[in-house]
Amino acid sequence: MIERISVLAGRGRRSEADAVPCLEFRMGDVVSIVGQTGSGKTTLINDIEMFAAGDTPSGRRVLIDGEPAPAAFRDDPACNPVAMITQHTTFLSDLPVGDFLHAHARIRKATPEEMATAVARTLDFANELTGEPIAPASRMTELSGGQVRALLIADATVICHTPIILLDEVENAGIHRGRTLALLRQHRKIFIFVTHDPNITLLSDYRIVMKEGRIAALLPTDEIERSLRPAVTGLDDMMSRLRDQLRCGQRVRPSDLDALRPAQLRSFRE
Amino acid sequence: MKLVICAGPATTGKTSVLRHVIKKLLERGHRPAFLKLDIQFAEEDELITREFAIPTRKVYSGELCPDHCLVIVLKDSMVWGQKTGSDVLLVETAGLCLRCSPYVEDGLGVIVLEATSGMNLPLKVGPMLTLADVAVVTKVDRVSQAEREVFRARIQDVAPAVRIREANALYGIGLGPLVDTILATPDIGDTTLLRGSPPAGSCTICTGAREIGQTSHFGRAKTFDNGLTYEGAR
Ligand SMILES: Nc1nc2c(ncn2[C@@H]2O[C@H](COP(=O)(O)OP(=O)(O)OP(=O)(O)O)[C@@H](O)[C@H]2O)c(=O)[nH]1
Ligand SMILES: Nc1ncnc2c1ncn2[C@@H]1O[C@H](COP(=O)(O)OP(=O)(O)O)[C@@H](O)[C@H]1O
Ligand SMILES: [Mg+2]
Ligand SMILES: [Mg+2]
Ligand SMILES: [Zn+2]
Repeated sequence: MIERISVLAGRGRRSEADAVPCLEFRMGDVVSIVGQTGSGKTTLINDIEMFAAGDTPSGRRVLIDGEPAPAAFRDDPACNPVAMITQHTTFLSDLPVGDFLHAHARIRKATPEEMATAVARTLDFANELTGEPIAPASRMTELSGGQVRALLIADATVICHTPIILLDEVENAGIHRGRTLALLRQHRKIFIFVTHDPNITLLSDYRIVMKEGRIAALLPTDEIERSLRPAVTGLDDMMSRLRDQLRCGQRVRPSDLDALRPAQLRSFRE
Repeated sequence: MKLVICAGPATTGKTSVLRHVIKKLLERGHRPAFLKLDIQFAEEDELITREFAIPTRKVYSGELCPDHCLVIVLKDSMVWGQKTGSDVLLVETAGLCLRCSPYVEDGLGVIVLEATSGMNLPLKVGPMLTLADVAVVTKVDRVSQAEREVFRARIQDVAPAVRIREANALYGIGLGPLVDTILATPDIGDTTLLRGSPPAGSCTICTGAREIGQTSHFGRAKTFDNGLTYEGAR
């Protein structure tokens, strides 16, 4: 069982060394990578996915439990501990959702009972993440963008046994971010989000700031930020509700902006 | 000189994979040459010469099955490769005929499949997969982890001995070990044999007959109900 992965510093686009000599990710960590477009976020998680050994443009080195990645990780895809979901990742299958998840569970689980449990748990998980419930009989191709994201994350978390999950800007489509993070925390894995979303960033244990291809800073979410989490999640949820209301043809009323009320903010200060 | 034959259906990423291989070979001080075999159009040779300034050639198979054509021209291409002072000859074939396979005994056989082609593809490609040494699965960045794993399991079902490399050939992710495998391949000898025998000998269609219907053809032929018949010369 993997306990930690480390990223030893390389350099950015202008050959300036990464600011953090050794980044450590421990099992159970939820991490965000932030930075402007073009700042090197995707490059950093590609380094992790490739188990970079000084052989990528950044010159970074990735260690697993303090050692270079075992040959089997690169050699045998079934041993690869990393799953990656990007904006371009999608499902191609047109099977019904239930059949599809069974086809996947079949190669991972030994008994029919284990398979059935894994499929049910994946569906429950996905349905917690998205506001639009997924029925086992619906076809994969009929799923909305939000349902696809939710199912991708749920499947990678529940059925795959990879302990490291990389998510490259997958948060935009309609998934419930606060609940996603809370649910992911129940699984002892390393989740690394490349994200522009303030809620995901603040709900992470720490964030890595990228600039010009270089790791510019490592910022643990500090106590003040942690105390702001409920307020930020409240705002985020409020915006999600507004979006849903407007999509359903409803009117918006002042009471729908409850999360903005000063009383609430004051209570978080206390 | 080492010989690498890289096959796979159209647009699966053969050239993208080989570009990263060439880059990594050059970085390690090797001298690769590149041959593209296609039916009637290809520009990989020009693109690769422009990008890497290495020796390249192309051959059009025209009316021949591309795999059959390769069997015929491979010997001369090896002579050409050696003459250019190269130490690795990379051959990209069109690989469209799923009954044949282009690999030879001493060379490394690489099939490039794309994860985006659907979970059943490994069951459909035949000897091009089963006789290969390495199967590179590209475009893993585009499909769910689930489909990637099912695709992999199906390759293992039909070709248990083939080593699988999953790759994002846009960034070269996953291709380092392929280069190690290439460099561990022994040099090619003077005589080399095809790995499998190509199917059904003299096919009347291959030799130019145009009449449709079973009675117009001889040799080994298929029937409508999936049977196989043999008929001597008519
Ligand atoms: N997203 C993604 N795209 C890829 C990948 N590999 C190749 N492509 C794209 O797929 C297309 C076809 O790639 P090629 O390398 O030209 O494929 P090929 O097999 O050489 O094609 P032909 O020689 O024409 O049969 C190009 O647009 C590539 O950029 C990959 O791993 N991921
Ligand atoms: N450490 C680095 N060294 C060299 N080039 C880099 C480095 N980091 C990023 N790049 C290059 O900068 C460009 C943008 O990086 P990318 O990772 O795609 O940014 P982002 O995902 O933040 O938008 C890419 O072309 C990438 O190859
Ligand atoms: Mg990016
Ligand atoms: Mg090509
Ligand atoms: Zn053929």
